[in-house]
Amino acid sequence: MTGLLSLTTFAPLVGVALILAARAAKGPGAATDTLAKWIALATTLVTFALALVLTLQFDAKNPGFQFVEDFAWFAGLHYRMGIDGISVLLVLLTAFLLPICIVASWKSVEKRVVEYLIAFLVLETLVIGVFCALDLVLFYLFFEGGLVPMFLIIGIWGGKRRIYAAYKFFLYTLLGSVLMLAAILAMISIAGTSSIPELMTYKFAPWLQTWLWLAFFASFAVKMPMWPVHTWLPDAHVEAPTAGSVILAGILLKMGGYGFMRFSIPMFPNASEMFQPLVFAMSGIAIVYTSLVAFRQTDIKKLIAYSSVAHMGFVTMGIFSGNAAGEQGALFQMISHGVISGALFLCVGVVYDRMHTREIAFYGGLTNRMPHYAFVFLLFTMGNVGLPGTSGFVGEILTMTGVYQASTWTAIVSATGVILSAMYALTLYRRVMYGEIVNPELKTITDLDAREILLFVPLIIMTLVLGIYPNLVFNLTASSVDGLVGAWRAAVGG
Amino acid sequence: MQSLVTILVFAPLLGAIIAGLFGRRIGNVASQAVTTGLLILACALSWVTFSQWTWGHMEAFTVSLLPFIHVGDFIANWSIRIDALSATMLIVVTTVSALVHIYSWGYMAEDDSKPRFFAYLSLFTFAMLSLVTAADFMQLFFGWEGVGLASYLLIGFWFKKPSASAAAIKAFVVNRVGDFGFALGIMTVYWAFGTINFAELFPMIQAGAARSWQFAGHSWPLVDIACFLLFIGAMGKSAQFFLHTWLPDAMEGPTPVSALIHAATMVTAGVYMLCLLSPMFEYAPVAKNIVTVVGAVTALFAATVGLTQNDIKRVIAYSTCSQLGYMFFAAGVGAYQAAMFHLFTHAFFKALLFLGAGSVIHGMHHEQDMRRYGALAKMLPVTFIAMTIGTIAITGLGFPPLHLGFAGFYSKDTIIEAAFAAGGHNQIAMFAWVIGVLVAGLTSFYSWRLAFFTFNGKARWGHDDHGHDAHAAHGHDDHAHAAHGHDDHAHGAHDDHGHDDHGHGHDHKPHESPWVMLLPLVVLSIGAVAAGFVFTGYFVGHHEAEFWRGAIYNAPTNHVLHEAHNVADWVKWSPLIASLIGLAVAVYVYILKGDERLGLKLAERKGPLYVFFYNKWFFDELYDATFVRAAKFLGDLFWKGGDQKIIDRLGPDGVSAVSYAVGRKTGKAQTGYVYHYAFVMLLGVAGLLTFALYAFR
Repeated sequence: MTGLLSLTTFAPLVGVALILAARAAKGPGAATDTLAKWIALATTLVTFALALVLTLQFDAKNPGFQFVEDFAWFAGLHYRMGIDGISVLLVLLTAFLLPICIVASWKSVEKRVVEYLIAFLVLETLVIGVFCALDLVLFYLFFEGGLVPMFLIIGIWGGKRRIYAAYKFFLYTLLGSVLMLAAILAMISIAGTSSIPELMTYKFAPWLQTWLWLAFFASFAVKMPMWPVHTWLPDAHVEAPTAGSVILAGILLKMGGYGFMRFSIPMFPNASEMFQPLVFAMSGIAIVYTSLVAFRQTDIKKLIAYSSVAHMGFVTMGIFSGNAAGEQGALFQMISHGVISGALFLCVGVVYDRMHTREIAFYGGLTNRMPHYAFVFLLFTMGNVGLPGTSGFVGEILTMTGVYQASTWTAIVSATGVILSAMYALTLYRRVMYGEIVNPELKTITDLDAREILLFVPLIIMTLVLGIYPNLVFNLTASSVDGLVGAWRAAVGG
Repeated sequence: MQSLVTILVFAPLLGAIIAGLFGRRIGNVASQAVTTGLLILACALSWVTFSQWTWGHMEAFTVSLLPFIHVGDFIANWSIRIDALSATMLIVVTTVSALVHIYSWGYMAEDDSKPRFFAYLSLFTFAMLSLVTAADFMQLFFGWEGVGLASYLLIGFWFKKPSASAAAIKAFVVNRVGDFGFALGIMTVYWAFGTINFAELFPMIQAGAARSWQFAGHSWPLVDIACFLLFIGAMGKSAQFFLHTWLPDAMEGPTPVSALIHAATMVTAGVYMLCLLSPMFEYAPVAKNIVTVVGAVTALFAATVGLTQNDIKRVIAYSTCSQLGYMFFAAGVGAYQAAMFHLFTHAFFKALLFLGAGSVIHGMHHEQDMRRYGALAKMLPVTFIAMTIGTIAITGLGFPPLHLGFAGFYSKDTIIEAAFAAGGHNQIAMFAWVIGVLVAGLTSFYSWRLAFFTFNGKARWGHDDHGHDAHAAHGHDDHAHAAHGHDDHAHGAHDDHGHDDHGHGHDHKPHESPWVMLLPLVVLSIGAVAAGFVFTGYFVGHHEAEFWRGAIYNAPTNHVLHEAHNVADWVKWSPLIASLIGLAVAVYVYILKGDERLGLKLAERKGPLYVFFYNKWFFDELYDATFVRAAKFLGDLFWKGGDQKIIDRLGPDGVSAVSYAVGRKTGKAQTGYVYHYAFVMLLGVAGLLTFALYAFR
C-alpha cells in the first residue's frame, strides 16, 4: 500500500493543523487547551493505528525495504521512504509512546499547552521520519529537525535549571551534527547519490570508511549516549517534563542505535570491524561506570537517567558484536528499554506531580499509602534490573551472549552490570517505597488515579508480553538483521 | 499426563494472580482459600505424577508450551520436562508449599495484608516449578531468578522494618553475584556446543570433554570452565561459602517463608542444578573437586556459627546452610543420588524444624531469642514432640546393623559413606569425609542445644525485669558487630510487636498453636520419620537405576554409590558415634549442668573462638569493608570526579563560560537562548539543503 508510510509519518501534522484551527476559532483559553489535548490524543491514537497496520502488513520474510516511496522532490533531491525489519518496530514504538505522553501531560502541563502539544506532534512526525527516511538528506532533515522540538520542550517546559540542561543538550548535539553533516556531504560527493539503499551497497575505500565512520560515530555516540559523552543526558532528563523524558529515553536515544545499524555497519563495514574494540571498551566502561554513578544518586530521575546510559551500553556492544544474537539483542533492548525506561520516568512523574520534588531522601514508605503504585513501580524496577519474564532480560542476555563470542572480556565486564543494576535499582525502590512514612508531607499522598493506571496498563502488558514471548519481535526483525550480519561478514571476509 | 502436569505447574500461578490482583476485592478468606486450594490440587497432581514415575512405569516426557527466544541457533522454549529429578522436586516443592500455605492461615492470622502474602507464596511455588521442569538453560534461569524475586518479596514482606528490606536487597544482590557466573556459564555452553537445550547438549559432552578454550592467554578445559561458572550460580542460590551471607539475614521474612523457601525448596535449587547437570559435571573433574571443597567448607563453617547463635531461626538457618554443604560435597564426589536423597529428606525435617520454630515463636508472642525460652515442653506439647522428631531426624539417629533409623540417618550417612568411598582415590573426597563426620557431631550438638534451650531447663520468660535486661544486652551485642544495619534483629523483633502481634494483650503466657499450624507439623513429622526408610531403596539403594532411569548420569568409571554400600563397618558407625557425642555434650551442658550455669556462662566468657563463630567469621564486616565501600567510593569518584570535574569541565561547562560572557554583553533574557539555539540548529539544516541543491544541480 503506497503512501501508508508517509501517511503515518505526517498524520501528526494534521493534528497540528486542527489544533491551530481550533485556537484560531476559539481563541486562547482553558477550553481551547482541553480541546487541543483531545485533538492531540486522537491524532496520536490514529497514528498508532496506522503504525499498527503498517506492522501487520509488514512482510517479515523480506529482508529488504518495504512500503517504499520514491519520487523526485526538487533540484535532484529525492523523497525516499521505506522500512525494513530494523526500523518497523521503532516506528511502532514511537507511535505507541506518543499517546501515553499526551495522557501523561494531561494535568501536569499548565503553561502554553497548545504549543506544548504541537511540539510533541511535530516531534512525532520528525522521529518517525528518521526511522523511515531512505535518503541521506531527508534523514538529516528529520534527524536534526527532531532535536528542535525536544530542545524546546526541555528549554520551555522544563525545571529550574532548564536553560543549562537545554544548552548542554544543544552543545553536545551540535558537536555530533557538524561532523556528521560533513560526512554526509562527503558521501554524497563521492558516491554521487544520497539514496540510503544504494549507499548500503556502495563500497567506500577503507581509509575513507575510517573517517566517515568516526564522523557518524560522533553524532550517534552522543545520541545513545555513550560514555564519555553522556553527561548531557542526566541533566536533560532532570529538567525535562515527564513526557519529555519518556520521549527522550524511549525514542530519541534509539536514533543513535538505529544510526549505527542503518549507516555505520552496512556502509562502513571495514571501519566497523576496525573500531569494534573501541566500541566494546566504551560500552563496557559505560555499563560499570554509570551503574556505579547511578548507585550514588540522590535524585530519582538522575538515577534512572544514569541507568539508561548503562542499558544503552548493552545496545552498542550488541550492535557491534557481529552476530545475530548480539544484533537481535541490541534491537530488542532498544524496544524494551523504550517501554521500561519510559514507564520508569512516568513512575517518577507520578510522585513528582504530587510532591514536586525528585529528592530520594524526601520519600520513603510510599507502599503504605500507594499499593497500586508500589506494584507498578516494582514491576518496572524488575524490568530495569533485567529479571527474566520481563522484556529487560531478553535484550541483556542476548547482547551478552553475542558479545561473548566476539570478546569474552567485554561479556564478563558487562555481566557485572547485572549485579550493579540490582544494587542501584533495588536500593532506590527501598528508599522510596519501603519503611514507615516519616515525612509528614507524605501522610496524605494519594495512590494512582484512573488516568494514571490507564497510562501504565499498556506499558505493563508490553513489558510482560515481550518478556515471555519475545519471538513476536524476532519474527519481524530476523531476516533484516540476518541480512545485516551477513553483509558485514561478507564485507570483512569473515 | 501432559495436561495434568500443565495444570499442576500453572495452578499456583493462577492462585497468585487471583490473590495478587483481586485479593482486596475478594477478601482475605477467599484469597487464602483459592491459593491454598490450588496448591493442594498441585500437590495431589504431583504425587500422581511421582507415583506414575516410581511405580507406574511412566516414561520421561517434555511438554512444549511456547517458543521463548529463537535467534539463530540460540533456541529456548517454554516447556515442562518430567523425569525422575523433576518428579522428585515436584512432590518436595508442592508438598511443603501446600503445608506452608495451610500453616500460614494460623501464623499470619493477625497480619493485615494476607492476600499479598499468599500471592507471593504461590508465585514462588510457580517459579520453583518452572525451574525444576525446565528443559533448557533459559527457562532454568527464568525459574532461578523468579524464585529470587519471590524470595526478595517475602523476605521484605514486612517492608516497614528497615532490617527486612535491607535483608531482601542483600538476598537479591548476592544471588545476582551467583547469577553473574550462571549467565556466563550458559554463554560458554552455548558457544562451545551450539545449544542450550539439555536433551541436545548432554549427549555432546563426552565428545567435547577433551576440548579446551582459549582465554586470557591460557588454554582452559572447556567443560570444567562451564561447570565452574554454572556452579557459581548454584553457590549463590544455595548459600554456599563466600555467597552464604544472605541466608541468615533472610530470616527477616515470616517464618513460613523460611520453611518453604530458605530451607526446603529454593536453597536446594543449586543442588538440583548440579544433579541435573551431572552429565556435564561427570566430565569436569576440576570443577567437581571445587564443588567438594566448597561444600565441605560450608558444612563446617555454618555448623560452627550455628553452635553460638541465640536466635532460634538463625540456628536453623545456619543448619540449613551446613546441610546444603553436605549435599554439595555429595555431588562433588559423584554421589548425585545421595545428594538428591538428602535434599528430599532434608525438605521434610528442616521444614518441620522451621515450622516448629514458628510455632514456638507464635506461642512466645514473637520472641525469637532462645535465651528467653526454656521449659516450653509442657506449654507446647505437640510442637515439642514434632521438633524432637525433627531433631532426631537431622542428627541422623538410627541403628546401622539393621539399617533402620529416622530420615536423616539414611541420607546423611549415605553421603558420608560415599565421601569415604570416593576418598579411596581422591584426597579431596577424604577431606570431605573427615569434615562430614566432624560436622555430624556439631550438628547434633547445636540441634539438641536448640531443643533443650527451648523446651527444657528453667523458664526464662515471664520475668519482665530480667527479660528486659537480656533483651537490651542482646540488642547491644548485635549492634556492636552490625555494620550493615540489617543485623539489628533485636530492634526488628521490637518493631514486629506493633505490626503483627497476636492481640493477646498483656497475657504473655506461652500457648500452643492452633490446629492449622499443628497439622502441617504432624504431616511433616511423618515424613521426617519415614521418608528415609521408605525411599532409600529408590534413591540410593537397589532400585536406584530403575528409579532414576538416566536422569542422573554417572560416568562409566564412577562407582561411588556402589562402593558406599560396601564400606567398612566402622565407617558406617562413625557419623552415628559423632552424633551421639554431640548429643552427650549437649545433655551435659544444657540439662545436667543446667542451662544458665554452664551454657550461658561459656557464652559470656567470650573466648576468641566463640567471638569468631558468633560473628559468623566476620564475613559481613569483610564484605562491607571491601565490596560495599568500594562500590560507594567508585560511584562517588566517577560521578563527582569523572562526570563533573573532568568531562563537564572540559566539555560543555568550559564552553558555556565563554558563551555566558557573550550572553551578558547582549543582555538578553535567559529564556531567549532557547530560541537562539533552535535557530542555530535550523541554520545547519538550511545549510545542508543549500549544499545538496548545489551538489545535485
